[in-house]
Amino acid sequence: MIRFDGAVLRNGGFSLRADLTVLGPGICAIVGPSGAGKSTLLLALAGFASIGAGRLMIGEQDVTALPPAQRPVSVLFQDHNLFAHLDVAANVSLGLRPDLRLNAAQKSRVQQVLQHTGLQGLSARKPAMLSGGQQQRVAIARALLRDRPVLLLDEAFGALGPGLRREMLTLVRTVAVEQNLTVLMVTHEPEDARAIADHVLFVAQGQVHPPLPTAEFFAAPPRAVADYLGLD
Amino acid sequence: MKVTGWVGIAAGLLILLSCAAAISALIGASGGAISVSGADFSAIRFTLLQAALSALGSLLIAVPLARALARRRFRGRDLLVTAMGAPFLLPVLVAVLGLLAIWGRNGVLSALMESVGAERLNIYGLTGVVLAHLFFNIPLVTRLLLQGWATIPPEHLRLGQQLGFGPVERFRLIEMPMLRTVLPGAGLLVFLLCISSFAIALTLGGGPRATTLELAIYQAIRFEFDLPRAGTLAMIQTGLCLIVAAVTMLIARPGEARAGMIHPDPFSPPEGRVLDGVVIASVAMFLSGPVLAVILRGAPALLELPYGVVEAAIRSILVALSSAILTVGVGMALSIGLVRMAELRPRLARVFEAAMLLVLVISPFVLATGWFILLRGHVDPFAIALPMVVTINALMALPFALRAFVPAVAMARRTDGRLADMLGLTGYTRLRHVLLPHMRGPAAFAAGLAAALSMGDLGVIALFGSTTTATLPLVMYQLMGAYRMEAAAGAALLLLLLSFGMFAVIDRLGKSHDPV
Ligand SMILES: Nc1ncnc2c1ncn2[C@@H]1O[C@H](COP(=O)(O)OP(=O)(O)O)[C@@H](O)[C@H]1O
Ligand SMILES: [Mg+2]
Repeated sequence: MIRFDGAVLRNGGFSLRADLTVLGPGICAIVGPSGAGKSTLLLALAGFASIGAGRLMIGEQDVTALPPAQRPVSVLFQDHNLFAHLDVAANVSLGLRPDLRLNAAQKSRVQQVLQHTGLQGLSARKPAMLSGGQQQRVAIARALLRDRPVLLLDEAFGALGPGLRREMLTLVRTVAVEQNLTVLMVTHEPEDARAIADHVLFVAQGQVHPPLPTAEFFAAPPRAVADYLGLD
Repeated sequence: MKVTGWVGIAAGLLILLSCAAAISALIGASGGAISVSGADFSAIRFTLLQAALSALGSLLIAVPLARALARRRFRGRDLLVTAMGAPFLLPVLVAVLGLLAIWGRNGVLSALMESVGAERLNIYGLTGVVLAHLFFNIPLVTRLLLQGWATIPPEHLRLGQQLGFGPVERFRLIEMPMLRTVLPGAGLLVFLLCISSFAIALTLGGGPRATTLELAIYQAIRFEFDLPRAGTLAMIQTGLCLIVAAVTMLIARPGEARAGMIHPDPFSPPEGRVLDGVVIASVAMFLSGPVLAVILRGAPALLELPYGVVEAAIRSILVALSSAILTVGVGMALSIGLVRMAELRPRLARVFEAAMLLVLVISPFVLATGWFILLRGHVDPFAIALPMVVTINALMALPFALRAFVPAVAMARRTDGRLADMLGLTGYTRLRHVLLPHMRGPAAFAAGLAAALSMGDLGVIALFGSTTTATLPLVMYQLMGAYRMEAAAGAALLLLLLSFGMFAVIDRLGKSHDPV
C-alpha cells in the first residue's frame, strides 16, 4: 500500500498535490497529459523529488524523509537504465552490491534471474550489443534481484514497438504476481493500462487523482479523463 | 554572391599558398639538412617537458574543480563558470605581470615568505612557465569537463543513489567512463597550446635551461641572425605541432552531445562539501588574484601613462580593428565560397575546410618566421611589422570565424535564399537583405574575437617590432624589461581594458538590432 497524505511534490518550480492511496499488491497505471507531473510522482516516490508538505507512507513505513537507497522502491526509466561500460551480469549485480564483489551464492542468483527474464547466454554482452527490449529486461532483472516491494516504471517501454511492448508487459505482470509487487506504471497508451492494470490513476492540472478500478475508469471516466482520452 | 564566393575561394587558396610558401622558405633556410645542436636538443626537451607538466597539472586541478562545480549550487557559481571563458581573451602579458605580482620575487607571496623568515620566491624558468600555462589552461579544461559532466544522464545519477553508490562507486561507475572520453582530448589540446605559447616562454622562461623552441627561433633571428638555425627549429616545431594535432584528431571521438546546456547536478551528496568548497575557493583565488593585482597596481598608474604607452595603445587599436575587418571580410567571402562549393562539390569543400583548419596548427610564430625569410630580400621586414601583425592575427582568428560563419551562411541560403531566388534578388540587394541579417551576430563575435586577440598579441611583434612600430604589448614588455613596474602595470591595465572592452563593444554591435 502506498499513501500520500496531503502531500505536495516539488520538481524544480513545479508542484503537484497528492492525497490518495494506492492499494497493493497489484498494478496501477498512471495516465495524464504530458507535463502533468506523472514523472514527478514517481520521482517523489523514489526519493528524487522533494515532498514539500504532508507525508508519504509505503506499507506501514513513513518514507517522507528517507534517502533513495533506503526506500522499498526500484525504478525503471525509459532510457539510461544501464551503465554502458559494464556487461549485463555486472549491471544486474549492481542490484546486490554496488562494489560488485559477489560471493558464489550471489553469482548464481544473478544467473538465475537472468534465466528467469529471458537473458540466458547474454551475461557477457555490453548494453550497446542488446536490443531495446533486452536492455529493459536487464533492468527488470536487476530490480528483481533488489527484491523491493514497489516497482516504478516511467514509460519504460515507450520506445518499443507494439509487439515487444506487449511482451514486456506480460513479463511485468508475471513477476509482479510472483513477487507480490506493487507496480506503478506511467504509460501513454490506454491500451497498456487495459492490458495489465488493476487500477488506473489520472494526473492533471497540478493534482494526482485517486485511482479507479480499470474497468470503471474506462467505462465511466470523469469529465477531465474523458477529455484526455478523447471520448465523448 | 557568386562573385563573392569566388573571391573567398581565391583568398582561401592564397592563404594556403602563403602558408606553404612559408614552410618551404623554412625548409630552404634550414638547408634541408637537419643538424641539431645540443642547445637545440635542450630546447626540444624543455618544450616537451613544460607542455607535459602543464597539461598534466591542468587536468589534475581541473578534474576536482569541474566535479565540485558540477555538483554544487552556490551564489556566483554561474558567474564563475562564465569567467572561466575570459582567459581566452586575456592578453598573455597581462596575466604574466599579474602572476609576477603574486608569485614573483617582489610579489605578495614573497613578502609573506620573507615576513616569516623564509626565502623569497623565484619563479623564472620551468616553474613560471608551467604556472602561467596552468593559469590559462585550468579554466579551459574545466569548461571542457563541465560539458562532459553535462553529458552524464540524470538517470545514472538517480540509479546511483537508488542502488546506494558511495563516493567510490559513483566515481568509478558514473564519472570515470565520462572522464575517459574527455580527458585525453583535453590534455592533448593543452599540450598543443603549450608547445607554441611564445609570450609566456619569452617573459618567464629563458636561459639555457628554460628555452622553448619558439624562444630559440626568436633568439636565432633577433640576436644571432642565424637563419638556417631558425629554419631548422621552425621545422621541428611545426612537425611537433602536426603530430600532436593529428593524434588529437585521431582520438577525439565525436561526443554524444546531448541537447541543453550545462545543467546543474541536483544530486549533491552532503559528504565532501567542505573539500569541494576548498577546491573552488583556492582555484578561484589562483585565477582571480593576478587579475586583481593588475587592476590594483595599474589603476594609480593609469592616469599618468608615459606618452609612448598612449601612442602604442592607439597603434594597437588600429591593428586590432584592421585585423577584425580582415578576419570578417575574408571569413565571410570564404564561408560563402565554402557553402557554395559544398553544394556543388561536397568532398572538395570538406578537404578545403580541413586545410583551412590546419592553419591553426601552424604556430603564428613559425608562419612569421617563414614570411620573414621570404620577404627579407624584397622589403625591409621591420618596416612591414604592423601589416604582418594584422595579417597573422587575422589568420589565427579565421578558423573561429569560419566555425561561426559557415553554418550561418548555409542557414541563410536554406531559408531566405529560396525566397530570394523566387523574387529574383541578386547581387548587392541579395547580399544586404538575404545574407547580412543572418551574419550580424556571428560577424560581430568574430570581429570582437579577432580584435581582442590581436590587441594582446606578443608574438609576431616581438620578432619584427621596433620603436616606431611598437604595439601596446611590446611597449609593456619593454617597460617590464626595464623594471619600470609602475608604468608596466598601468600599461597592463590599459591593455586589459582595451582587449575586453573591444570584444564587448564589437560583440554587442551584433546584438543591438532586432534578432532575425
Ligand atoms: N528539473 C526540472 N526543473 C523544473 N521544472 C521541471 C523539471 N522537471 C520537470 N519540470 C516541470 O514539471 C512538470 C511536470 O513534469 P513531469 O513530471 O516530467 O511531467 P510528465 O512526466 O507528466 O510529462 C512539467 O511542467 C515540467 O516543465
Ligand atoms: Mg514523464
